[in-house]
Amino acid sequence: MRNRNTWLVIIGILIVFSLWIDLSKNITIYNPFNDTPIVDRNVDIKLGLDLRGGLQALLEADVPAETAISTEELNNAKNILQNRANALGVSEIVMQTAGDRRIVAEFPGVTNPEEVVSTLKQTALLEFVDMGTSPLAAGTTIKTDFGVTSDATPTEVTPTAAPTDPAATPEAAPTETVYHTVMTGAGLQTASVTRSATGAYQISFVLKGDATDLFAEYTTSHTQQYLAIVLDKQIVSAPIIEGPITSGQGVISGNFTQEEAQTLAVQLRSGALPIPIKVVESRTVGATLGEESIRKSVLAGLIGLGVVILFMAFNYQLPGIIADLALICYALLSLMVFKMIPVTLTLPGIAGFILSVGMAVDANVLIFERLKEELRSGRNLRQAIDLAWSRAWPSIRDSNTSTLITCLILFVFGNTFGASMVKGFSVTLALGVGISLFTAIIVTRTFLHTVLDRIQSTEHPRWFGL
Amino acid sequence: MNIIKNRYVYFFISLLVIIPGIIFMGLNWAKTKDGPLMLGVDFRGGSLLEVTFEGSRPATEEIANLYKEFSTSEQPIADPIIQSLGTDSFSIRSKTMTDETKGQIVAEMEKRFETTVTVLNFTSVSASVGAEVTQAAGWAILAAAAAILSYIWWAFRKVEHAYRYGTAAIIAMLHDVLVVIGVEAILGYFLGWEADALFLTALLTVIGFSVHDTIVVFDRVRENSGLYRRIEYEKMVNHSIVQTLDRSITTQLTVMFTLFALVLFGGDSIRHFVIILLVGIFSGTYSSIFNAAPILVVWENREWTGWFKRKEEAMN
Repeated sequence: MRNRNTWLVIIGILIVFSLWIDLSKNITIYNPFNDTPIVDRNVDIKLGLDLRGGLQALLEADVPAETAISTEELNNAKNILQNRANALGVSEIVMQTAGDRRIVAEFPGVTNPEEVVSTLKQTALLEFVDMGTSPLAAGTTIKTDFGVTSDATPTEVTPTAAPTDPAATPEAAPTETVYHTVMTGAGLQTASVTRSATGAYQISFVLKGDATDLFAEYTTSHTQQYLAIVLDKQIVSAPIIEGPITSGQGVISGNFTQEEAQTLAVQLRSGALPIPIKVVESRTVGATLGEESIRKSVLAGLIGLGVVILFMAFNYQLPGIIADLALICYALLSLMVFKMIPVTLTLPGIAGFILSVGMAVDANVLIFERLKEELRSGRNLRQAIDLAWSRAWPSIRDSNTSTLITCLILFVFGNTFGASMVKGFSVTLALGVGISLFTAIIVTRTFLHTVLDRIQSTEHPRWFGL
Repeated sequence: MNIIKNRYVYFFISLLVIIPGIIFMGLNWAKTKDGPLMLGVDFRGGSLLEVTFEGSRPATEEIANLYKEFSTSEQPIADPIIQSLGTDSFSIRSKTMTDETKGQIVAEMEKRFETTVTVLNFTSVSASVGAEVTQAAGWAILAAAAAILSYIWWAFRKVEHAYRYGTAAIIAMLHDVLVVIGVEAILGYFLGWEADALFLTALLTVIGFSVHDTIVVFDRVRENSGLYRRIEYEKMVNHSIVQTLDRSITTQLTVMFTLFALVLFGGDSIRHFVIILLVGIFSGTYSSIFNAAPILVVWENREWTGWFKRKEEAMN
């Protein structure tokens, strides 16, 4: 190892850096010239739902299995669900598509999973509702005759803050009148943001052929009455029908900002292509169980690590102690990587990490057993060390590759089915295998050579377990 | 030490574990009609609710009655399976129900039994997803086996009969899979342990470890086959096993230490998972020493031609 000193410096820097990351919750680096932060990152450990409590729901497009769903449709659905979930005021929501027809939604720390799930389950439903001659304010939640029969609890639809008019909340009490739905978003062909003559943002829409006829007929017979545009049973606006609309084109105006108009247009487009969503899997973990689990598994991890460290020191003497140092490096580096990526730690994830400690030790065990053999066959220490490393390498390489293959397959499996437990396990095990190869091979070897520079090995054969 | 000489004894010991496992898989199948294991909600579909009652908990009949009242034609959750957890909690398994229904049930429990009810965890999986996951799990195992087989074949390409190493490693792996599933079947039969997503994770880890361990032994065979061309194959394989024995035992011990720490101190939620891992990893080490390498010898001698009678003259 000619470049041993280089490695010592690299390892030193890595250890200091990992200690810094491991011990901080937030990393901020200021630009020395103007005191503005150039790096500002939260590096707190991310805990999975099973450790901190919360809800995970697996949502599936509720369409026949043979109906293909495009990536765009699924992503649209995901964005809408994300918006809806954000409106609930739950922080750190994670939504990901899984496979080609599912979405995984994670809500850390929620205490009302029922409410969250029922909010998610509503389809982004756009309705054009007959208001007669007395319109209601925007933001009001109403009941309509569309889909009432299929919805078991229409009266319990809770009013949420209106996106367009938060001040309308006092009037948002559910009313008893059931309004007639003239048409739903299924009749929409496109919806886009435009600006009116006065420069206000509005949404222009074009209807499909049959919907155009229906709309023409209705607007002709209901001129000077109000037609409310209702999204998820909540009134967005209630314009008056000025005259018959036969072109199949129309605009929705309200006091929209550009962003709101954009969001609404996306929602309407997706409302025009509704993927009904159903909950196919839901998991809730109470916070108490999570806290207990994390306390216990950290304790178990520390005890396990301690026993392994003692065992290695007794079994291999000096090399064992050096391997222990490498193992501690391994633990520090892994924690740093977990915090930097960041990897969400789940219980199986911790189990995977602890298992990888065992595998990290295995690489050193392979090398040291080889070292003993080479020493017994009469080689001098330096030769023996170099031979031990080069001869143990093929088995370390091949055995770890097979573990990585398994990790990859587990990851794909976990990802497709939204099984975050399986995914978490495969990620931590794979990272553990990767980091352990570095510590067991490079760190141990560098340390061992550094120590050998300072002792006469022939005088202390017992230090090498001989 | 001559491990190869007694290879049929070791094969027999493996069968002593595997055969009862298979018998219990059959018994489970007859009992549940679901499959060889007691399947958890992850695979079978259904709902699992774990609740803690502050103070005294009600009788199981009362919980069953409550479920019956909430049972509808869409959510037929009557006749739940109720198990005690500790002294103040229940684990209740039923057909699939929605979060809303669960919320109503928990609220009703609090009202009726006049106590605070804490939901420890609630899992609800629809039957179709469960079936799909089960199928995918089977594919995941097959895919893992195929990928590893090809990798070993490739990694040992310079050795004569490279495919034998891959095949022997896969046989040893199947041995470990059978041991793990068998032990799970036995524990499921007597203790009601259910196979869930974590069980699958454990099983796949065991596959990874099993091959990891086998490769270490085979790597020695690969190396020695180049060094000792004059020595008989059996002796060379035996020598390779003995040379790697210290390492096998040491690694086995370190992994066991960490896993035992998890069993003893790691809490209830992963105990089942870790015990299965322990069984599988022990089996993995056993199979790489006592099954995988001896299979190479059986194959080399084509012992199946004489009813698996080993050539006596070869060993002395």
